[in-house]
Amino acid sequence: MPFGNTHNQLKMNYSAEQEFPDLSKHNNHMAKVLTPDMYASLRDKQTPSGFTVDDVIQTGVDNPGHPFIMTVGCVAGDEETYEVFKDLLDPIIEDRHGGYKPTDKHKTDLNPDNLQGGDDLDPNYVLSSRVRTGRSIRGFCLPPHCSRGERRGIESMSVEALGVLDGDLNGKYYALKDMTDDEQQQLIDDHFLFDKPVSPLLLASGMARDWPDGRGIWHNDNKTFLVWVNEEDHLRVISMQKGGNMKEVFNRFCTGLTKIEELFKEKGHEFMWNEHLGYVLTCPSNLGTGLRGGVHVKLPNVSKHEKFGEILKRLRLQKRGTGGVDTAAVGGVFDISNADRLGFSEVELVQMVVDGVKLLVEMEKRLESGQSIDDLMPAQK
Amino acid sequence: MASSFAKMMSSRGLFMASIGAGAVASGYLLSDGAAISAEQRRKLYPPSADFPDLRKHNNCMSSALTPAIYAKLRDKITPNNWTLDQCIQTGVDNPGHPFIKTVGMVAGDEESYEVFAEIFDPVIKDRHNGYDPKTMKHPTDLDASKIHSAVFDEQYVLSSRVRTGRSIRGLSLPPACSRSERREVERVTVQALAGLKGDLSGRYYSLTEMSDVEQQRLIDDHFLFDKPVSPLLTCAFMARDWPDARGIWHNNEKTFLIWVNEEDHTRVISMEKGGNMKRVFERFCRGLKQVEHLIQERGWEFMWNERLGYVLTCPSNLGTGLRAGVHVRLPKLSKDPRFGKILDNLRLQKRGTGGVDTAAVGDTFDISNNDRLGKSEVELVQLVVDGVNYLIECEKKLEKGQDIKIPAPIQHFKK
Repeated sequence: MPFGNTHNQLKMNYSAEQEFPDLSKHNNHMAKVLTPDMYASLRDKQTPSGFTVDDVIQTGVDNPGHPFIMTVGCVAGDEETYEVFKDLLDPIIEDRHGGYKPTDKHKTDLNPDNLQGGDDLDPNYVLSSRVRTGRSIRGFCLPPHCSRGERRGIESMSVEALGVLDGDLNGKYYALKDMTDDEQQQLIDDHFLFDKPVSPLLLASGMARDWPDGRGIWHNDNKTFLVWVNEEDHLRVISMQKGGNMKEVFNRFCTGLTKIEELFKEKGHEFMWNEHLGYVLTCPSNLGTGLRGGVHVKLPNVSKHEKFGEILKRLRLQKRGTGGVDTAAVGGVFDISNADRLGFSEVELVQMVVDGVKLLVEMEKRLESGQSIDDLMPAQK
Repeated sequence: MASSFAKMMSSRGLFMASIGAGAVASGYLLSDGAAISAEQRRKLYPPSADFPDLRKHNNCMSSALTPAIYAKLRDKITPNNWTLDQCIQTGVDNPGHPFIKTVGMVAGDEESYEVFAEIFDPVIKDRHNGYDPKTMKHPTDLDASKIHSAVFDEQYVLSSRVRTGRSIRGLSLPPACSRSERREVERVTVQALAGLKGDLSGRYYSLTEMSDVEQQRLIDDHFLFDKPVSPLLTCAFMARDWPDARGIWHNNEKTFLIWVNEEDHTRVISMEKGGNMKRVFERFCRGLKQVEHLIQERGWEFMWNERLGYVLTCPSNLGTGLRAGVHVRLPKLSKDPRFGKILDNLRLQKRGTGGVDTAAVGDTFDISNNDRLGKSEVELVQLVVDGVNYLIECEKKLEKGQDIKIPAPIQHFKK
C-alpha cells in the first residue's frame, strides 16, 4: 500500500520466528530462497517509499504454486526494492534467469539495424509476429504499491507523450473508465483490450487496486503499435502485425520505444534502468529487456516430434497456446517466443526468435514431405 | 462527487500541475538515484490527487465520503499504522450493485472506528437505520432466561441457529493483522476453548493441518469454511497468508461451533435441528460467557464499548454482531403477495437456505433479524421468536383458508 510501511514497526514486537511464513507446501522461487535467517535480517528494512519484505513476498505466500510450474512469488513496489532486498532478490534472479550473477552486466541494444534477416519468414506458416516489453517511469512506485495520485500521474504523462507521436505511430488513447460500449467492443474484437486481472498471482500483490482508475489502452491508427497503461507495469509496449515480417515489427518497436523515451526525457522523466538489471519492472521475471518476441506459427508435424521440447530448449525458445500464457495450442498453431529476458540484448533475443523459427519452419517442411530432420538438430545456444 | 483533481485532468494545459508540483518533483527525480521518501511523496500528492473516483459507486462508503473528509483523514494513522485508504480499499474496488448496498469499508483495528470516526459514523448511521454513534448507546444483554415462547412447531421449523463474532482486544483485525498477530489470535482462542467442559467440550481443527478425512467430514457437517473468494473480502486483505492460523472448533455434540480468523477473529455459532430456539440461545449465551471468562483469566478481553457494542471487522456487524434465524417451511405464506411487507414490518429478512446470496429451495426459507446495532441480543432474539411465531400463525391460517393481517411495523429505536 502507498505512503507507509503498514504495520512494519509493530511487527517488530514479535520475533522473526513468529512472523516467518509457513512455506512447507510452497513451490515458487521465493519459497526456495527465503530462509528464516534471511527473513530476520530483512524484516526491519523498508524502501524509502515504505515497501517491506512482507509486501515483496505476499503474492508468493498466498500462492503456493503448481507442482510443475515455478512462479516467481515476489514483486517490486519501487525501483529501490531490488537494492534494499537484494539478499532475497539476487538469488531469485539468478535462479530464474539462467545463472545471472549479482555482478553481471546487462546489455541494452535497441538498434533494429543490428538484426540480421527476419523479413522473410514464410507467411504460409508464420501467421503473425509480435514483440512486447514493459517500461517503468523512474521516481514513481510500481503497480503493487502506487497511490491513486501516482497512477493517475503516470497515465497523464504517458498520454501526453503518446499524443505527440505521428506518422504511422499516430494514434489514440482509450481510458478504461471512460470507454463507450462501442469502443470497448472494437478493442475486444481487435484483441487489444486487457481485462481486470483475475489471476490470484496478481491480485495478491495489490496490482488490481482501484480498477479501472488510471488504466487505459493506446494504439496507433494502423493497429500495429499498442501501449497498455498501468496494467501489470507502468507501460507495456507491443508491436505486432500479421505475417512473418519480424524485421518490420522490431523496427517499429525500437523506433516507437526510442521516441517515447525521448518524449519523457523532454519533460524531465526517464525510464527505470541500470547496468546490472537493465529495465526495471514489477516482476523479477521481466527484468533486463522485459522482451518477449514471438510468432504464431503452424507446426503440426514438428510439434508431434519426440524431440520438439529438446529442440526448443536448445534454441532458447518456449511454446505457448495462441491464447497466450497458460493456454493450449489449437490446430497445430503455436506461439513460439524467446525464453530469456535478462543477460541478452533485445537484438540478440529477437535474432534467436528469427533464426529459431526459420529452422522450425524448415523442419516442418521436411516432415511434411516425409523426410528426416536429424541433420537439422541445433546445438545448444 | 467529481473531485477537483478530475477537473484539473481535463485541462491539457494543467498537465504539469496535475502531477502534483511536477516541477518540484523533477528536481528529486533526476538527481543521482535519489529516492523519494514516503514523507516527501505525501507532500507531492495532495489529497485531491488521491481522492477515489466514486461516480459509478453505490455503497455506504461512497455515499458518505466527501473530498473534504478524505483530505482531513488521508494522512492519519491508527496506533497500528492503519490508514483510511486501507479502510476504504474494498469499497473503491467494488462499486456495488445498483440494488444491493454494501458497506464498502472495514476496520483494521479497534481504533479505526475512533481515528476515522468522521467517515465511519455516517456509514454506521446509514447501515444501521439511523443509529448515531455520537449520541446513542448500545445495550448488551446475554441473559437467555428472558426469552419466552421460543420453542417452535417442528412441522414448520426445521432448524434454529444464532451466530455472532468476537474480536480480541489488542490484536489487529483480519484486514490488517500480521502473521504473528493472527497466530496469536488462534493461540488465545484455542487455549480458551480447551477449557470448555460438559456439553461444550470439543476439539480444534486447524486448516493447515487437517487430514483429508477430517476435511470431508467437516464439509459433510456443513462446518467447513472456505478461502474467501468474494472480492468484497479479498480486496479488504482478509485472505492473506491463507490458510495460516485459520481453523474450526466444535463441541462433540456439533451444536456449538467457532470459526477462527475467517472474516473476524472469531465467529461463534450455536445451532441444532428442530425448533428449540430457547435452548440454542441459552447455549449461545452460556458458551460466549464461558469463553470470555477463560480469556480474561489470561489477561485478554473482547473488543467492546458503550458506543458500538462488540467491535468487529465490518461495520455491518457492530453492536451485537448477532444473526438469529430459523429454516422454516412457509409454502402458502411465501406465495402471498403480502409476504415481503410482513417481513419488513417484523424487521426480518429472508434468505435461501444456502445463506446470504442464495435463493430459497422449495418453500423453505432462512428467516432472521435485519438489525444488529441499537437493540440487545435478548431483544433481537425475542424479535425473531415473535416474528417466526407470527409467520407460522399466518401459514396455519392460510392452510385453513382464513385471511391474514399485515402486522404493525415494529419501532426500531426507543426514544
